[in-house]
Parts: sequence; structure tokens; C-alpha cells
Amino acid sequence: MTIKLTCHAGIGPKVEGIALVADDNFSARYDLDRIKGVFSRPQHKLFGQSYKDVILVLNTAKGGVATAWMLYEMTSRLVAPKAILLNQANTILVQGAALANMAMVDRFDEGDVTKLIETGDHLVVDPQAGQVDVNSLNR
Amino acid sequence: MNLTEKEQEMLAGKAGPAVKWAMEHQVQVGRMFDAEDMVTVSQAHMMADPESLGESGVQFAEKMAKDGARVCIPMITDPRGVDLACYEPLGQTEQMADLERRFIAACQTMGIMMTNTCINYQTIMPPVFGDHVAFGDTGVVIYSNSVCGARSNFEGGPSALAAGLTGRTPRYGLHLDEKRQATKRYVVSSNPQDLMEWGVLGATIGRMAGSYWEVPVIEGIEEAPTSDQLKHFGAAMASYGSTPLFHIVGITPECRRLTDVGGETLNSTSVTGEMLDALKQPFTAIGDPLDVVVFAAPQLSLIEMAELANLCDGRKRAETTDVIVCTSAQVYSDAVSMGYVKQIENFGGRVLVGTCFYQQYAREIGEANGWTRLLSNSAKIVNILGGYGYQPALGTMQACVASAEKGVILS
Repeated sequence: MTIKLTCHAGIGPKVEGIALVADDNFSARYDLDRIKGVFSRPQHKLFGQSYKDVILVLNTAKGGVATAWMLYEMTSRLVAPKAILLNQANTILVQGAALANMAMVDRFDEGDVTKLIETGDHLVVDPQAGQVDVNSLNR
Repeated sequence: MNLTEKEQEMLAGKAGPAVKWAMEHQVQVGRMFDAEDMVTVSQAHMMADPESLGESGVQFAEKMAKDGARVCIPMITDPRGVDLACYEPLGQTEQMADLERRFIAACQTMGIMMTNTCINYQTIMPPVFGDHVAFGDTGVVIYSNSVCGARSNFEGGPSALAAGLTGRTPRYGLHLDEKRQATKRYVVSSNPQDLMEWGVLGATIGRMAGSYWEVPVIEGIEEAPTSDQLKHFGAAMASYGSTPLFHIVGITPECRRLTDVGGETLNSTSVTGEMLDALKQPFTAIGDPLDVVVFAAPQLSLIEMAELANLCDGRKRAETTDVIVCTSAQVYSDAVSMGYVKQIENFGGRVLVGTCFYQQYAREIGEANGWTRLLSNSAKIVNILGGYGYQPALGTMQACVASAEKGVILS
């Protein structure tokens, strides 16, 4: 079953992939071991999980400005998520996505995106159209 | 976005490839935030440590410099990741230092002033009320917006560089009057005294506010805090909440009265002692052996250096506990001439210049030195370092020095 979600027009290319979802916030500096490609902050709900080549679905940003460079650095080594979906991006995440040419969208019409999408769902993210197609086996 | 003729020429590449990239980047970001046009800025401040940049970020800066990028407004830098006068003793490698040297060279070619500080509002040139700027480092932005009344979004390194090259930034977020109105209202019942307590209060409010787009207004602060107190308060709030602006009724310049920022229409939340204790609780480790004490995040002002030197005077750290102090080059030279650096070094502390601990390959230097249990008076740094493999704890400056002396966390 495919659900179509509508969001604000975003940044980056159209991509598809598997969702990794948490009702938690995000900072590349605070939360990640970027060498290993995993969430390394013990308090994060995705602690220990790999973010490589998945589509992260999270609430909003936390902390500082380093993520703007770090998304580019992660992408250059091919140890990066394919896209990041947020309820509300902050300026740093958007600036980082712009430099990294990483797909990023936020502000979903249907509500809390961390509730609308489940881990394991197959997503097609079209930032320019402001649309995300969700294919779920569980619904 | 509505672009002026000059901006359209930049976008078309008439000012060269570097400016073309910068304008393209800014338009892309501006569109996502529905910016209608650009606003000129008077200064830019770029965060770019080599751990964040990596090889690809340094290559990007080198290409920009090679493509003729030259900043057109005063542009300064956030702390570096490597103190080139002291990196081997920290366990930093020649490769890290080389990355730093290459980035500094690229910045200098672009005309960027390597101030290497996150306390530019105390040491370089504070922005003035209503001044539109493009600042990086969340602590710099929240202080400039809140205490100075300047106007800046969080500008990550790439966007700060773009602003330096074009002299403008997209007009969205905190450049707009309506985005500076309060959205959350907090009432404080007791006023903090120590810098650590100010950080804990800021962190508690930031965590509750919880989003870049929320603007806390705070009632109950009876006396004007010092610059250092507001520095720790704001830096911690920004760290926990990604918060770029706060108002304190009767203290900060946009909020002489609650009604100035629309606060009278908001329901208020009391910030209780229990809330402050709850924030501190995960960072309590009394009796634990202590690997390293860090004074940083933000860099220490001259006043903090004096206070720390006074506490260190005539004492000696335990052999098993290292002490790291990060300050800016601007403060360092004064601190040397006043004798503060000597007092800290006699205690056994190491004063690093133009860096900040968490931006210095924190994971690698922790592993190289066997540092796990860390104590600091910075609520910001203890929030950051958990993801880098540390077990951070929080204490006052006085408690940090006393704990370093005994080699265990005392309180």
C-alpha cells in the first residue's frame, strides 16, 4: 500500500530507500560516530544503528553548526544517509544538505512525520515536488 | 526570491565561479525557508574545524581560493581544531595538523581573518543593535541576537563563507521582526550565581523550548547578569535546544517589557529547582577517579582566566588528572602579561590558544590520552561529549579545580 505525504519543497535530488525512524532530534556532531557510520550517543533512540544509505526520519535539529560541514564530509566518503526527513529542519541542516546535495524535506501537511513513517518502510522522496511516497508492508 | 541586478549578476557568474557558487547556495537555502530577498550583512563568522571539514571540506575551501574567492566584508573564524603550537602532546597527528594548515592557508588566500574565537562578541567587534550579520557557532549567534540585539541565523560554515563572498544572506528567520517575537514564556524563581549554574539554567530552558524556531522569554532575573554569565547561559541553551535567541525581561535590549516581545499572551512555565537538578543529575559522579578537567565551550574570557588562575594559585593538580584550558589568542596575550597563564601552568594546566576542546578531534585525543571521565563547568560541553565516548560530569569552576587537585570528583 502506498501513502503519499506532502511537505514543503526541499533540497537535493529525488531518492528512494528504506526508512530509519525515531522521535528524536539530530546533530552529526553530538550523535554520530562518522567513521563507523553509526549513532554513537548513548541517549539517542537510534544508538548503535547504522545510518549509511538509509533515509533518516527524525523530529528536528539539536545543537550546533558543525553538521553543515559534516553532511558534506559524510557524503564525500559515501558513509551518509540518502536523505533526511524532519518535522522541522533548522538552518544548519538545510545549509548542510545544500552543500552535500543531500535530499532533505520538512513540514509535512499530514502531521508528525515520525508517526506517519515506520522503520523499514520503503520511501520515494521528491524534494522539488515536496512529496514522499511511503510503501509499507505493515499497513 | 527577488534578487537585485547585482545579485542576478553574481548568480550568472559575472563575479566569478566562487561568488556564483555562493549565490546559488544562498538562493537554494533561501527558497527552502521562503525568503523573499537578500539582506546585506556587516560581518561574517565561520565555524570550520578540520574534524568537521575532513579532507573533502578542506579541498572545497582550497578550490574556492583557487577559483578567486575573496571575501567582501570583514570575516573572522571560530576556534580551530589544532593548536599548531601544541598538538603532539594532545595526541593529535601530523595529518590532523596538515589538514589544519591547508585550511588556514586557503582562508588567508580568501582574505579571512583567522581570529579563531567563539567569543568575538567579547574580544573582536560586537555587533550592534539591529546589525544584520552572518555568524556561525551557536554560542556566538545566540549572544549576538539576544544580548546585542543583532540579527543572525545559525550560519554553518558553508553559508557563512557564502555570506562573506556575497556580502549578504537570505532574509529569513531571525532577520525578520516577526520571528523574533517570544513563543515560550518561562519564570525563574532563583537567580544563578556561578557560571555553571547559569549554564544549567540555559540548558534547562533550551531543552524545554526544543526547537530552532522557538523564542523563549524569561521573567524573574532580578539583576543584570555579567557578559560571562550570559555567555554560558546562551551557549548551553543553544546546545540543548538549537535555540538562537532569548529575551530576558528588563535585561536584553528588545525586551524592556514583556509586551515588547508579545510575551503577555503566552502561558508561563515555572523553572523549578527540581528541573535544574534533573538536568544536572546525569552529569553527577562524586567519588569517581577523574581523567581530565576541561575549561572551554565557550573559550574563557580574561575575567574567567583571572578567576581560574586565582583558584589554581599555590596548588597542584593530581598526576592522574590532566587540566585543559581553551582561550582565544586575544585573551591569551593579556593573560600572559597578567601572569594568569603562569599560575594555571604552575598548577599543571595546559592553556591552548585559538581552539576549543570539543572541536579538537575529541574522540581521538580522548583515546590517545586515556580520557574517559571528564569534568567541566560548561553545561554545553558535557552535552556534546557523550557521543564522543566520554563520561562527562559537571561542576563549578571551584569544584573542578579542587577535583583536579585530588584526582577524584569531589562535588
